[in-house]
Amino acid sequence: MRLQQFDEMHASPEAVRAHYTRYAQWLAQQPEAVMRARREEAEMIFRRVGITFAVYGAKDEDGAGTERLIPFDLIPRIIPADEWKSMEAGLEQRVTALNRFIHDVYHGQEIIKAGVIPADQILNNAQFRPEMMGVDVPGGIYSHISGIDIVRAPDAQGKGEYYVLEDNLRVPSGVSYMLEDRKMMMRLFPELFAQNRVAPVAHYPDLLLETLRAVSPAHTAQPTVVVLTPGMYNSAYFEHAFLAQQMGVELVEGQDLFVKDHFVYMRTTRGPKRVDVIYRRVDDDFLDPLAFRPTSTLGCAGLLDVYRKGNVTLCNAIGTGVADDKSIYPYVPKMIEFYLGEKPILNNVPTFMGRNPDELKYILANLKDLVVKEVHGAGGYGMLVGPASTKAEIEDFRKAVVANPSGYIAQPTLSLSTCPTYVEKGIAPRHIDLRPFVLSGKKVQMVPGGLTRVALKEGSLVVNSSQGGGTKDTWILEA
Amino acid sequence: MLSRTADHLFWMSRYTERAENTARMLDVNYQTSLLPQSAEVAQVGWEGLLTISELMPHFKAKYDQITPENVMDFMVRDEANPSSIVSCLHAARENARAVRGTLTTEVWETLNSTWLKLAGYLKTKDFERDPAAFFEWVKHRSHLSRGVAIGTMLVDEAFHFYRMGTFLERADNTARLLDVKFHAVESDFYGAASVADQEYDFYHWSAILRSVSAFEIYRKVYRDVIKPEQVAELLILRPDMPRSLAASMNELVANLAMVSNDQSDETERQCGKLRAELQYGRIDEILSTGLHAYLTQFLDRVNNLGWRISQDFLVPSGQ
Repeated sequence: MRLQQFDEMHASPEAVRAHYTRYAQWLAQQPEAVMRARREEAEMIFRRVGITFAVYGAKDEDGAGTERLIPFDLIPRIIPADEWKSMEAGLEQRVTALNRFIHDVYHGQEIIKAGVIPADQILNNAQFRPEMMGVDVPGGIYSHISGIDIVRAPDAQGKGEYYVLEDNLRVPSGVSYMLEDRKMMMRLFPELFAQNRVAPVAHYPDLLLETLRAVSPAHTAQPTVVVLTPGMYNSAYFEHAFLAQQMGVELVEGQDLFVKDHFVYMRTTRGPKRVDVIYRRVDDDFLDPLAFRPTSTLGCAGLLDVYRKGNVTLCNAIGTGVADDKSIYPYVPKMIEFYLGEKPILNNVPTFMGRNPDELKYILANLKDLVVKEVHGAGGYGMLVGPASTKAEIEDFRKAVVANPSGYIAQPTLSLSTCPTYVEKGIAPRHIDLRPFVLSGKKVQMVPGGLTRVALKEGSLVVNSSQGGGTKDTWILEA
Repeated sequence: MLSRTADHLFWMSRYTERAENTARMLDVNYQTSLLPQSAEVAQVGWEGLLTISELMPHFKAKYDQITPENVMDFMVRDEANPSSIVSCLHAARENARAVRGTLTTEVWETLNSTWLKLAGYLKTKDFERDPAAFFEWVKHRSHLSRGVAIGTMLVDEAFHFYRMGTFLERADNTARLLDVKFHAVESDFYGAASVADQEYDFYHWSAILRSVSAFEIYRKVYRDVIKPEQVAELLILRPDMPRSLAASMNELVANLAMVSNDQSDETERQCGKLRAELQYGRIDEILSTGLHAYLTQFLDRVNNLGWRISQDFLVPSGQ
């Protein structure tokens, strides 16, 4: 099946889209040797700065360790300001509704009573945390940091249309790459930023700190905020350390925290110090060995109890997974209408649910054309891209779907838009997505743009860094 | 600050300092071994270097003979030897990575670049071709990371723990260095009556001076030929000699006072007492009880201070 393509830069092989004109002219004037030198310089700087991620169970080529660079591509992904404006409104609307939904799930469950979402979809969901029933969190905000994955695909007229592919409401990562990619671009090509009006993103850590402080428990006006990391061997450790440093707060590990008399403290050189807000980059399951996984050493014993009493705020809240699960995703447009009484601004990808017999029949009949996803999968694992799979792979997946239909959803294969990218043999189109980071505290805020991920393998639609994806700087461009 | 963070900073600077001192000792011994007059001193030095670092059993398990090549291989690139330069620089970098958010960007990048460059250094034959240039590089990287820390870090608790690591390690290393000859030939330097012995002593003590960059300083301070008791005085008691025991203890006391907490009184007392003994001590008193005996008890006390600092600040059990 030949899919229609949408390229961000080129309307046709000859014609450059208006918002890329200036950049394309500049690029055409750059000698190849200069661009190659810049690419090497970027790699050297990323290594020296230590902007790396750890790959589980992997070794470097020379066996030296497991720290890898995420490939950085020099050609920016450019979005015109007017497109961003409507995307921003759509993101604010969507995240607001998702937060209302999570609050509702753990309180009155009006959305179930109204028959909008079947009760078993929520209550039997593995991500539903009964421990959170009736717990009030500051401002009623659960997902303080949301990473919303957006892709663009051609519609019937060949026009690019944005779709939300996935909501990430647990511990979305990647924002440090957004910031470092911009820093790198400004360092390598300062002249581009003089020529183009690119919206800045460097104030993200400020907005994040403002958000975290805004949701502190009522007992203090001067909250102590910390970032909780699983430690330096976690794949996103660089980001944890980076954000803590940029916000000027402590980066703690589970072993640094303890609970005493219904409050959380950290161990310092001058004795215990109370902690009020924890930006945790540890999954729910590992947060408290007394409440969740008993073998976890990454969390802090008794944390849940303190949290339920309202004496510490966790960002994101426990139990947000119930709203970003792939089996809940199809209901988000209905949520927006239910809670806000508004029409959704951003599109959902049409989704077929294995749990509905009719839709299951359709899925099984069209496996070769669909993308099938395990509802609890993440990071590009547990997924079938029909058009890119062999017969044998499709048949294997068919068995899995038949064995557990409600564990799967399917979507038409979207031809993700492409953007020109440096590859071994020169510049070639590669598929991209976009992850804006939406902050919810006193109000909903975000910096313009987000992280653009690019699938470096020809034809690949998988952009995850664990699967060979790279990143690009993302420009929101004022005309 | 977090106890764990303080612990990482403390060890980050200790390992950097240890790498530098290992490079210093290897460098001087390597240089000494190039002269026919001093080859014997060098041979004693290679042995002494292993004994003072308490690494002899470890070394003998791996190598048959104490040759310059074997000792340098063991002390530079052996990842299984915790005191080798590669191990120290790796440990310094890993400690830095664990607290990179607390460090200034420059400090982190300096330690990280050192580590990345070292990996490159050891892959090629550059080290074997010119060991002296490599040792010089290690020293320079240590100077650089110390200078960058002093030049860019906020002078707060983090900085004081960083400095304490440096000077505790330096006090330890200088004391061990002074003790080399005892370990090698099982005697102090007194009683060398023959001309050959005197010549030997000259090369031995001038090598020690050069390993702490103090050969010219010695001349400047004493305007005299190399005399063992003056070398000992310079490296033990002179507070203006930056690598002496007295100078190291002065820094340790000053930085410790800045981080003082509810439980650190006894540590501060013991640290201050050791410093006072150096401040008011005289070299003839020290030598009358024997240099080796003196250095042995000094090392015990420094070691105990390190343990006490850990207990008071770095791994508090208190809840």
